[in-house]
Amino acid sequence: MSATRSFSKSGVALGILGWLVALLMFFPLFWLLLTAFKTESEAFSITPHLFFDPTLSSFETAFNQGRGYLHYAWNSVFTAVVSTLIGLALTVPAAYAMAFYPSKRTDFTLVWMVSTKFIPAVGVLVPIFLVYKNIGLLDNVWGLIALFTAMNLPIMIWMVYSYFRDIPKDLVEAADIDGASMAQIMTKVILPLATPGLASTGLLALILAWNESFWSITMTNFQASTLPVYIASFKSAEGVFWAKMSAASVLSIAPIIVLGWFAQRQMVRGLTFGAVK
Amino acid sequence: MAVSATTDTKTARAAAAREKARRAPAKWLLAPAVVFLLVWMIVPLGMTAYYSFRNYNLMMPTVSGWAGLGNYAALWNDPTFWSALGITLLIVGVCLVITIGLGLAFALLFHRQFFGRGVARTLAVAPFFVMPVVTGLIWKNMLMDPSYGIFAWLARVFGLEPIDWLGQFPLASIIAMIGWEWTPFALLVLLTGLQSLPEDQLEAVRLDGANKWHEFRHIVIPHLGQVIYVVVMLESIFFLTSFAEIYTTTSGGPGTSTTNLPYYIYQAVFNQYDIGVSSAAAVAAVILANFFAIFLIRFVAGNLNAGENR
Repeated sequence: MSATRSFSKSGVALGILGWLVALLMFFPLFWLLLTAFKTESEAFSITPHLFFDPTLSSFETAFNQGRGYLHYAWNSVFTAVVSTLIGLALTVPAAYAMAFYPSKRTDFTLVWMVSTKFIPAVGVLVPIFLVYKNIGLLDNVWGLIALFTAMNLPIMIWMVYSYFRDIPKDLVEAADIDGASMAQIMTKVILPLATPGLASTGLLALILAWNESFWSITMTNFQASTLPVYIASFKSAEGVFWAKMSAASVLSIAPIIVLGWFAQRQMVRGLTFGAVK
Repeated sequence: MAVSATTDTKTARAAAAREKARRAPAKWLLAPAVVFLLVWMIVPLGMTAYYSFRNYNLMMPTVSGWAGLGNYAALWNDPTFWSALGITLLIVGVCLVITIGLGLAFALLFHRQFFGRGVARTLAVAPFFVMPVVTGLIWKNMLMDPSYGIFAWLARVFGLEPIDWLGQFPLASIIAMIGWEWTPFALLVLLTGLQSLPEDQLEAVRLDGANKWHEFRHIVIPHLGQVIYVVVMLESIFFLTSFAEIYTTTSGGPGTSTTNLPYYIYQAVFNQYDIGVSSAAAVAAVILANFFAIFLIRFVAGNLNAGENR
């Protein structure tokens, strides 16, 4: 854009409006960040303090107090990463089979898989709770991992399938004629080409698992609880813990906001099932 | 001639056999994912349907057996269920209007060039990546607290009486939170849609002397139509299942004024331990979600065939 155009009158008005929108949308997060660096009494004050002496004490309490932040953060990292890896391990072969060896039933299978994403969690809550209770998977990280995997699998399969479909079929056929086995075609031809697509699929699954709160609230107590459960535990604490709550919240959302900013486009593509790229 | 024809059939048959052999592993590659989804989604869904016809309350272990339509009758006669249904639909409807209205306005704004646009857009979409539990607590405490919140402070600055948002306007407050979280999603998707506008068509109508409104009405809206359709359907599915915002702020109250269907079911399971009734309500939630999902699934299937013809 030329400088003259961006500094025209309407350009300036547009810029002001754009920044106003951005700052208003971001303000609650900005305020959360500020509160995290306040003392509890500064955080809980009738007149909000914009300027104050920043302190790390709330972060220290969040880290050190009992089995605080780190216990939940570890569960969050573990469940998000492992469910994403299991998800990819299930997704890659399935998407590969559907993309390169389609049969009459492939369309149906794919649409069926996607449709399971639209079953609301409450629709399967009761049986999963009862079965988990009976087989000891309540408050167990593996129980949670399985749920996260099931929750993300439809989107992951759809995304990887669409990335595989972008790979020219000739490449696979050529390798096939050269006598390469299915495993060889997959590891030598497909995966190297699909790596960026797999990475963004993994990133999306990671973000969705990290932010998931319904299953972690209903299926865990403490042992397997992830960060949303920790943050939610502040819901009945009035006032006194605002700074600590903010520090814990900042630590919980910052990594995902950063990852999310990188993954914007892939998220749009994945969540809209390829309708918008 | 005859000889070559037989060779052709032979090669064809051999090719078909080879093709079959080549495909054989494919279904085994598909099996794990299919089994996983069956075990974690479809089997539980069937069990929910089964429980919805059973007498089953964890607090009353002696009562069991078939309930017929008893659980559904209990729902039918429970005013809270109907209000939960209404609240669920209200959240979906109002949040759709807010997120798509604001999202479209913001997308049109961020589609234009201005100073620091990239950074501004990045800030504006951030709320979408925040976990709903955090959203609930920021709004409930730092923004909406009637004495110590920013909104209360703003009210006092302008000489007004601070409002207890979650006490007096609980549902509107929940809707505002969900709207704040999901407007960035609509913004992101619509902006991506705008960026793929057909430039040549825009040029053409501009040459014809069309004004901005005509351009918007005849090129932008039809092109965005499909994108908006997808946003509506997807957001509906997500709004139908809103839970964390309510769980962390109002716990469904005051009274039942913010109890939506997911929260109603959550309470039926974890406060009343009534497996039968909560399963019946879950079946209702699945049917409701299906109403929206059918359109989306049809759309996804249609997309699939469009891809086929590339």
